[in-house]
Amino acid sequence: MRILGAIPTLLLVIAVAFLMVRAAPGGPFDSERALPPDVEQNIEKAYHLDEPLPAQFVRYLAGIAVGDFGPSFRYRDYTVSEIIRQAFPLSMRLGAMAMLLALIVGVSAGMAAALHKNSMLDRLISAVAMLGISVPIFVVAPLMVLVFAVSLDWLPASYAGSAGADRLIMPIIALALPQIAYIARLTRASMIEIMASDFVRTARAQGLRTASIIRYHAIKPAMLPLLSYMGPAIAAVLTGSIVVEQVFGIPGVGQFFISGALNRDYTLVLGITVFYAVIVIVLNLVVDLLYGFLDPRIRSR
Amino acid sequence: MSLAPTLLPVRQQVRGSRLVWICASLLAFIAIASVAGPFLVDNDYRSTDFDNIFLPPTITGQHFFGTDDLGRDLFVRTLLGVRITLFVAVIASFVSLFIGVIYGAIAGYLGGKVDALMMRLVDAMYALPFIFFVILLMVVFERSLLLIFIAIGAINWLDMARIVRGQTLSLKQRSFVDAAKLIGVSSFGIVWRHITPNLLGLVIVYMTLTIPQAILVESFLSFLGLGVQEPQTSLGALVYGGTNHVQSATWLIVIPATVLAVILVCFNFLGDGLRELADPKSKT
Repeated sequence: MRILGAIPTLLLVIAVAFLMVRAAPGGPFDSERALPPDVEQNIEKAYHLDEPLPAQFVRYLAGIAVGDFGPSFRYRDYTVSEIIRQAFPLSMRLGAMAMLLALIVGVSAGMAAALHKNSMLDRLISAVAMLGISVPIFVVAPLMVLVFAVSLDWLPASYAGSAGADRLIMPIIALALPQIAYIARLTRASMIEIMASDFVRTARAQGLRTASIIRYHAIKPAMLPLLSYMGPAIAAVLTGSIVVEQVFGIPGVGQFFISGALNRDYTLVLGITVFYAVIVIVLNLVVDLLYGFLDPRIRSR
Repeated sequence: MSLAPTLLPVRQQVRGSRLVWICASLLAFIAIASVAGPFLVDNDYRSTDFDNIFLPPTITGQHFFGTDDLGRDLFVRTLLGVRITLFVAVIASFVSLFIGVIYGAIAGYLGGKVDALMMRLVDAMYALPFIFFVILLMVVFERSLLLIFIAIGAINWLDMARIVRGQTLSLKQRSFVDAAKLIGVSSFGIVWRHITPNLLGLVIVYMTLTIPQAILVESFLSFLGLGVQEPQTSLGALVYGGTNHVQSATWLIVIPATVLAVILVCFNFLGDGLRELADPKSKT
């Protein structure tokens, strides 16, 4: 059912993106000097721009299905797929590491805050989390460069500045920070609610130690809201990676996306948008299925 | 945790509202300064002065916040940035409020299958990487402030729609809705004349939370060079300008970044505080 539900979303998203580009005033080959009409016709034929819109859309969909996003209009020698294939592994590593870091630190901080509710520690964690949510990556990342690269000289200021693994440390932390904050807040709220629930009180009445209660009763239900946050989190990390790649000069998908956007490279921007939308929708589907698997209340429905 | 406000220790409630007051005053001060400030100094935001580039901030000199790589006065430019950032955010929030209230009220009032379908659509949209679509839009059409409003509004209405729907669901059970139905008011009339006015209080509270989101999107776009264009500026564009001179002229990034951070943190605290006072059952 859910898999079937994802397909219309996917098609709709691709259609919207595709139509947006086709609705653009002016074609991709408009330039200062007018082309001879037969040259123009040849170009339109070569890129199938002379076909009716539905046919173009079907052709585009068929291309995507086999991983072909068409040619890039600016990087003349590359197709969009080649650019994505070349840049994505780096972006994926960055995103996955940031997500992992965010989960580890965010959950630990949230648990610590929940279990020492209203203590100094809790206040500190909540305040820092508020800061992490409020202050955007593009403010944090350059300030990190200022402090850790320029002033202290601990880490390289850009990706090109070093060949070792240390060149990814700052980007990963910068990308993870807002997610750490969200996850910490979410974990805190959900853990506090679970610890106040009836079944935990029953477990306490039976004389279980707090550690055992958390381990055997509380942790699983407390983590469920976190799972449903994973969808938006993935979208946020992809968005954040644009900024992080820009600030640190990392040659990932985000950087190609922005240079494509500034150069009005329609096909590249369209291709990356569709590519990321597909990834997000598929990952959301995985999260949905996982949720149904982990939450017995949903499974029985 | 859902404690009614009256059950909270009084001290805590006072402290919470004190934070709200501090944030509200600070925001009011920044907003007033951004409008009044330019009249108090002689510099304007776009005069270049190549004899005085990269002047550091001074208290006594002519340029409080120093000057940038073209010798423009950063103080005036920061105030302009605040003005544009706030303006864009408020207008964009109204756009999202408009869409969100209509969508949410319709879904909540009609209920049943229509509601389920409409909310499922909202759920699906929640997880999309919207910024990519917005940037696609920016690439395809001419960049303009109008497009930024529409783009941000189109992203931010989702939260509003959810909240309004929930509220509408409970409002429509009230007897004044039955009374209206009984005298033959149409569905549209009930939503427009009877439901929407009752939503206003909550909606305004939540608007204090959509404004910082709108600021985020606007400054994100401007940071990438896709938002507000030179010689106009916004806080995001100023921060981006600063990143090019991190090594030599730190004030160019530190000052606008700090102002932006203060505005965002204040709006978030203000919104959270107001929400807790208005709707104690809500969770963060």
